[in-house]
Amino acid sequence: MLKSMDNASCSCQGPEPAESDVRRPLPAWMMLAAAPLGIALWWLVYTHLAAFSKFLTYRLLPIASGSHLGASVEFLLYDTPKVMMLLVLVVFGVGVIRSYFSPERTRALLAGRSLLVGNVLAALLGIVTPFCSCSAVPLFIGFVTAGVPLGVTFSFLIAAPMVNEIALGLLYGLVGWQVAALYAATGLTIAIVAGWVIGRLHLEGHVEDWVQQMTAADQAPVETNMTLRDRLVYGKDAVVEIIGRVWKYILLGIAIGAGIHGFVPEGFMASVMGRGDWWAVPLAVVLGVPMYSNAAGIIPVVEALLGKGAALGSTLAFMMSVIALSLPEMVILRKVLKPRLIGVFIAVVATGILIVGYLFNMVMG
Amino acid sequence: MEIQILGPGCARCEKTAKVVKEVVAETGTDARVEKVTDMMQIAAHGVVSTPAVLVDGVVKSAGKIPKKDEVAGWLK
Repeated sequence: MLKSMDNASCSCQGPEPAESDVRRPLPAWMMLAAAPLGIALWWLVYTHLAAFSKFLTYRLLPIASGSHLGASVEFLLYDTPKVMMLLVLVVFGVGVIRSYFSPERTRALLAGRSLLVGNVLAALLGIVTPFCSCSAVPLFIGFVTAGVPLGVTFSFLIAAPMVNEIALGLLYGLVGWQVAALYAATGLTIAIVAGWVIGRLHLEGHVEDWVQQMTAADQAPVETNMTLRDRLVYGKDAVVEIIGRVWKYILLGIAIGAGIHGFVPEGFMASVMGRGDWWAVPLAVVLGVPMYSNAAGIIPVVEALLGKGAALGSTLAFMMSVIALSLPEMVILRKVLKPRLIGVFIAVVATGILIVGYLFNMVMG
Repeated sequence: MEIQILGPGCARCEKTAKVVKEVVAETGTDARVEKVTDMMQIAAHGVVSTPAVLVDGVVKSAGKIPKKDEVAGWLK
């Protein structure tokens, strides 16, 4: 799933306003009262999706049960609403959480932290701080000039795109909470360790000169106080914006997943991305580098691959590589980092991913 | 009044510029709207998240596309 530059260069995770600003605002209590009802309704539809998709595929459409086409279509009809519903829930919830954080606040929290504590904090904050790839450069500069150590900044930059709420939500819904938790834990660990290593290597000299010459500009104060209602609206805006942006990729990912599900024989993946082969994990990592997909699109593919017997470690490594080692982001960061530092960054993160891949192949094998 | 929109040129930054220009036109405010895409200049303003909007050098919004009534409020 090679993406063109203009789509990939900005994987923004913030909301945008609705087209018409002339809406009668709903009071907060009304929104909160609607919540249990909404969730009950959601749950009702969600738990019946499997039965419904079977019904649609085999009863309403003239497809034979047990056929390859049947398996693909059923997967498609089942996964699409399932993924969409999960996404809506996850993006909304995380959107509300994110309304409590901002890059400016994160920067203040991280300035001057000692190395290891800073790395852990930065990685954790990377999950909840709204972050846009296109602001990677200003963010980097802002952090560094405000006194956030280089390694700590990197921990943030690695964690933010990788441990992404969409990825976690989808993994949880499609594959299971264990894999989601594993992904989160290993993603965070890689972010922390990689950032720490980079910090210890003292590569501050490899930041582009013009950045080093910048003095810390006055902290731009954009703290606005949000009411609860504002936060709910923020969450809703996030849903509209993010799903509006990724739904095509999701459908594409599900279509590919459906194809794999229906037409690839059981156990085939096991022989290709088999556990025993030492080259499977590095291959998965290398394959992931030129590919850039937002998390939403890649996970249905991951789900299908795992269902066909692909090794967990190789699949996780592939997914992390696609998301974390993205060529477009490297190109953007080249503006502020000298090649040596970029090289170290790639090497450290790739190594971390490799270790994760091998570890899980071994443990699950 | 001088308005600057900071952003490296991604979709959200373009959208922000569009919103700001529309509101300026609709309210008939006498303002010069400028789009800044150079990273060095953006960072020099102390902005860490784009798109950002500055009115007469003061940061009014960062990291999101401002709503029309928000923009109108700045122009008063």
